[in-house]
Amino acid sequence: MTDFPPAWFLILGSLPVPFFKGNLKNWYLIFLTAAAFYLISQLSAGSSWQIQFSGFNLTLLRVDKLSKIFGYIFTLNAFAAFIYAFYLKDSTQHIAALFYIGSALGAVFAGDLVSLYFYWEVMAVASSFLILSRKTSKSMNAGMRYILVHIFGGLCLLAGIIIHISSTGSTDFNTITDHNMGTYLMLLGILVNAAAPPLSAWLSDAYPEATVTGGVILSAYTTKTAVYTLIRGFPGWEILIVVGCVMTIYGIIYALLENDMRRILAYSIINQVGFMVTGIGIGTTMALNGAAAHAFAHIIYKALLWMSAGSVLYMTGKSKCTELGGLYKTMPWTLLFGVIGALAISSFPGTSGFTTKSLIIKGAINEHLTWVWLVLEIASAGVFLHAGIKFPYFVFFAKDRGLRPGETNKPMLIAMGFMAFLCIFIGIYPKILYDILPFDMKYYQAYTAVHVTTQLQLLMFSALVFFLLLSLLKRTETIAVDTDWFYRKGGRIFYSVMDKGLNGLNNAADKFFVKGITGSIIRFSQNAPASIMLLFFIPYWSIIGLDPAKKAARKEKLYRSFSAGALSVGLISISVTLYLCILFFV
Amino acid sequence: MEEEEKKESHLLYQPGVIRKLWIMLYLICGLTLVPEFFIEREPHFGIDAYFGFFALLGFASCIVLIMIAKAGGIVLKRKEDYYD
Repeated sequence: MTDFPPAWFLILGSLPVPFFKGNLKNWYLIFLTAAAFYLISQLSAGSSWQIQFSGFNLTLLRVDKLSKIFGYIFTLNAFAAFIYAFYLKDSTQHIAALFYIGSALGAVFAGDLVSLYFYWEVMAVASSFLILSRKTSKSMNAGMRYILVHIFGGLCLLAGIIIHISSTGSTDFNTITDHNMGTYLMLLGILVNAAAPPLSAWLSDAYPEATVTGGVILSAYTTKTAVYTLIRGFPGWEILIVVGCVMTIYGIIYALLENDMRRILAYSIINQVGFMVTGIGIGTTMALNGAAAHAFAHIIYKALLWMSAGSVLYMTGKSKCTELGGLYKTMPWTLLFGVIGALAISSFPGTSGFTTKSLIIKGAINEHLTWVWLVLEIASAGVFLHAGIKFPYFVFFAKDRGLRPGETNKPMLIAMGFMAFLCIFIGIYPKILYDILPFDMKYYQAYTAVHVTTQLQLLMFSALVFFLLLSLLKRTETIAVDTDWFYRKGGRIFYSVMDKGLNGLNNAADKFFVKGITGSIIRFSQNAPASIMLLFFIPYWSIIGLDPAKKAARKEKLYRSFSAGALSVGLISISVTLYLCILFFV
Repeated sequence: MEEEEKKESHLLYQPGVIRKLWIMLYLICGLTLVPEFFIEREPHFGIDAYFGFFALLGFASCIVLIMIAKAGGIVLKRKEDYYD
């Protein structure tokens, strides 16, 4: 058995991490991920590692072109991320990262739904440590919310999987064509991880609170595993076209509103994943290949952008646009690599985004989807606005805040240089990526005179608008409320409504029932015999001619005698007789 | 040291430089329109047949996106300690 699941290669490989000291630890991590990349390149197509578990048939290793392309990019990104994290000696973060990346690989190479779900949950738990490790109160809270949202998403997926397995009788994970409760629940669970609004707020809430290297690693795996799962399971589901188009615009609007550079980048993930989800919804060979290719290119340039932002955060300790600016003077390399990432995300001709996003847009054109095409073009213009220019402009130029941090450390620059090289390499030599795409298609020529011209027009006029309307884009020290409001603020409001509402109801009930009605019953039981006797005695006292003062004194005495139970035999017999009469007539 | 600072601030923050950058930006925008005279367009939807369609699309959609964000900001923007 030469093939070994790459997931376990990384997960088991994480065990010796604490025993390595100093730089050796980092060298080991770099070597491990490079070896994982090699391992994936050597995997032969087909299914293996089939086992029986609680009556389910599990396929731990299913290798085809689709799982391989995601395997390549997952390990490639891990390799760069661990070079970037060379300064970091925290074993907890490294082990969490390896579990996270390992389980993402597990999900991608899983041939059945049960092990997919297993890896899905390990990913959620392991990744939360990359947020919690920042050890600020903000990151702790964000990490807790992150894990809760993913538990919700995971439960939706699990419920869907259970219904699907019981209706089909098979655990195999292939293209899903049934539209029923089970498959919709699965889709919902996957869309939580794909960060589709309104289930997307966890991403922009948690990722910006992660550690410097945590952000780089997180940006790649959760959403892209969801993209993989959608390509595998839900190609051509038309609802995904709508979801994807909404994501592209949603991400832009929020990124334009944000002040924190890592929140800008978080929202631009939603925007970019939107392109992929749209491609999956279109479902043709070209569009699906486009989604896979764009995921590949996206992981590289998005990690590069997070690295660039991470270097700034690492050197200055700041991440808000209102506190940054003018860094081009002392961080020219970080700027250069950041700009290459920004150009790649904007699909600038000559960069990877240009050769991959075009596949999706071309897929929409081929299917004559006018509105989808138009939304994707508008969103492409918007990407240049929020990620292409806004991020580098406000961080490295704009207002000089007098920050002179100096350039970041060498390993970080090497990692960024490597990713920047890949952005340009795939941009000018896309064949290398097209050759490993999952579905066979005719070679697509991205570089036609028309395509380059129209793309440059779209981008340059977007840039013009950015600078013309710069005064409208001025950063303010604010955050923008997203759907996490419902469980952050909404939760508190719900609590106080419940507190005031239910406790108010409780008080009212106490006043009315306990003190009111019960009190009356008690009073009635205490005073009824005396009152009944008075019915007899008041006319009697009037007849014998007692004055009002004496009447009152006798009345008082009667009440006291009844409450003390100190009554003469005669009085008791009178009262009993009266009772019996009342009972008889009533 | 002071002189160095002065030199540094001369780099991009001079009004003259900014003006030149503006001219360059307009020039580049203009240049992207030039090839349209020479190339055969492949319109697919009809609307994309017009001259400079993509330039206009980029220009107009960015203005609209910024306006939407601006309007959305009135409702959505909160102070940073809103959740604390």
